[in-house]
Amino acid sequence: MSGSIKNSITVKDVAIGYISKTIVDEISFNLESKELCAIVGVNGIGKSTLLRTLGNLQPKLSGNITLKNKYLTDYTSPKLAQELSLVLTEQPASKNLTVEELIALGRQPYTNWIGTLTKTDKKQIQESLDTFLLNDLRHRKCHELSDGQLQRVLIARAMAQDTPIILLDEPTTHLDLYHKVQILKLLQKLAHEQQKTIIFTTHEIDLAIQLCDKILILDGHENPFGEPCKLIEQKHFEHLFPSEMVQFDAKTGSFKVNK
Amino acid sequence: MQHYKSYHISFLLIIAALLFAWILNISSGSVTIPFKALLTSLFNGKVEIESWNYIIWNYRIPKAFTAILVGGGLALSGLLMQTLFRNPLAGPFVLGISSGASLGAALLLMGASLFTGFTSLLLLNDAALAIAASVGSFLVLLVVILLANMVKDTMALLIIGLMFGSITAAIVSVLAYFSSAENLQRFIFWSFGSVGNLSSQQVILLSGIVGIGIILSILSIKKLNAFLLGENYALSLGVSLKKSRLTIIIATGILAGGITAFAGPIAFVGLAVPHLTRQLFDTMEHRILIPAVFLYGAILMLLCDTIAQLPNSVNVLPINAITSLIGAPVVIWLLVRKRKMLF
Repeated sequence: MSGSIKNSITVKDVAIGYISKTIVDEISFNLESKELCAIVGVNGIGKSTLLRTLGNLQPKLSGNITLKNKYLTDYTSPKLAQELSLVLTEQPASKNLTVEELIALGRQPYTNWIGTLTKTDKKQIQESLDTFLLNDLRHRKCHELSDGQLQRVLIARAMAQDTPIILLDEPTTHLDLYHKVQILKLLQKLAHEQQKTIIFTTHEIDLAIQLCDKILILDGHENPFGEPCKLIEQKHFEHLFPSEMVQFDAKTGSFKVNK
Repeated sequence: MQHYKSYHISFLLIIAALLFAWILNISSGSVTIPFKALLTSLFNGKVEIESWNYIIWNYRIPKAFTAILVGGGLALSGLLMQTLFRNPLAGPFVLGISSGASLGAALLLMGASLFTGFTSLLLLNDAALAIAASVGSFLVLLVVILLANMVKDTMALLIIGLMFGSITAAIVSVLAYFSSAENLQRFIFWSFGSVGNLSSQQVILLSGIVGIGIILSILSIKKLNAFLLGENYALSLGVSLKKSRLTIIIATGILAGGITAFAGPIAFVGLAVPHLTRQLFDTMEHRILIPAVFLYGAILMLLCDTIAQLPNSVNVLPINAITSLIGAPVVIWLLVRKRKMLF
């Protein structure tokens, strides 16, 4: 949690996939606190698999993942829950939870055996509600929310878990442009103001270029990683999609359809 | 959180309702006992007519206590299953757990004499019946869990539960076909369900079983709440999936299996009560739901047993029929009114 700049997560030569099939290998990157990082790539390249591997939901095939100079696999699951929180594409199993109840579940790694919320817990829940503009919705049931609202609730829950690292799988799918930007701006604010490392997968490459500190492009061979402008200079976005269909415009940092 | 306070009144209401249902239950039966005599007997422990005293203390009060254990325990096991399977339609009956118990009971009551040539009387004490039914329900529960891990689709799981019901019914009818009339009758009576035929030792044993189920549920409260988000989220919150799943399954199996063994397969309480409870306690917090669901189940069972007594008549209706007659319309009403069931 300390504000000092040091390596928060280091990924070295990691291969991901399943025992029968490697999806991507030789992934390496390194992130510090206060950094917002997007993982981009074409459908099926393994973005979600990488995120699930980083979140310890599935084992890596080779290489090393280190959190705060300690291997990911050396963390016990209660300890890891205080280091790393997740926002997945799957919907919460019970949509009958209220917004406040769902966010309060984020405090589980800190509460006692029966889950009693202390003052600190309540304060953290309130801060999450405030940050994600959910105060008016706190007593609403999740099934009454719009997609954008529910997404904010899920991210607020991860914030309430108060971990140095937050991983999000496609947090902007199904949202309109305004809500996409809203979510990404909130993530940026969270990373910069609360010294968090935030990694998310996305298809919004142009938004990621504008808002992220770092981008990892999964292309299946080089997997370039770096600051968006450097990646543009090195023409990495150019080869992301077949060039007869779409072309990358380096000046505007966006893709254009070939007419 | 601040919303705990608002349930104090609901809890007072539901406890008052339980008391009312309890009084109603012990005041009705085949022998008419005046209400005043009942109260005298309850508070002074003595009443002028000795047989009334005997009926109240040795029959009606143990029966009412059994009804509380059975209703509360089944409702609790339904709640645990709905959270564990993330499915609003889960319950001991739907998932085939009760069918498993029936199969165990049927194999013992009708199968043992058939296959081994034993005079079934040797085997037929009630403890053996309890064990057979519990083993049956545990086996089905284990198979359902295994399949639940293989098929991720909850609809498929429910259909598997229904198929188990069919398989059991088929085996039972094969057994029944070859069984002697006497054994068949014993099984049929068991399958009607009853809360009144338990000896005092059996009531103590049942209290122990339900007690263990309640303790395991309370120990699992935090994990149950985490499961509301789904398994991956629970894992990311530091919950050990295998351990907590196992604890919840054991609690469910003990509750549903043990109760079914003693009281017969009682339908719909496990499925319907958690939904009814949420009409009054609008929360998903298991710290609130576990006691509320238990009390609600107890009330429902006391009322069903009161109806089954057919007040002022010597006839007793099968309690399984009463719970189905009340439970099935309730489930339909909930589905129609809310369009979809949420858990």
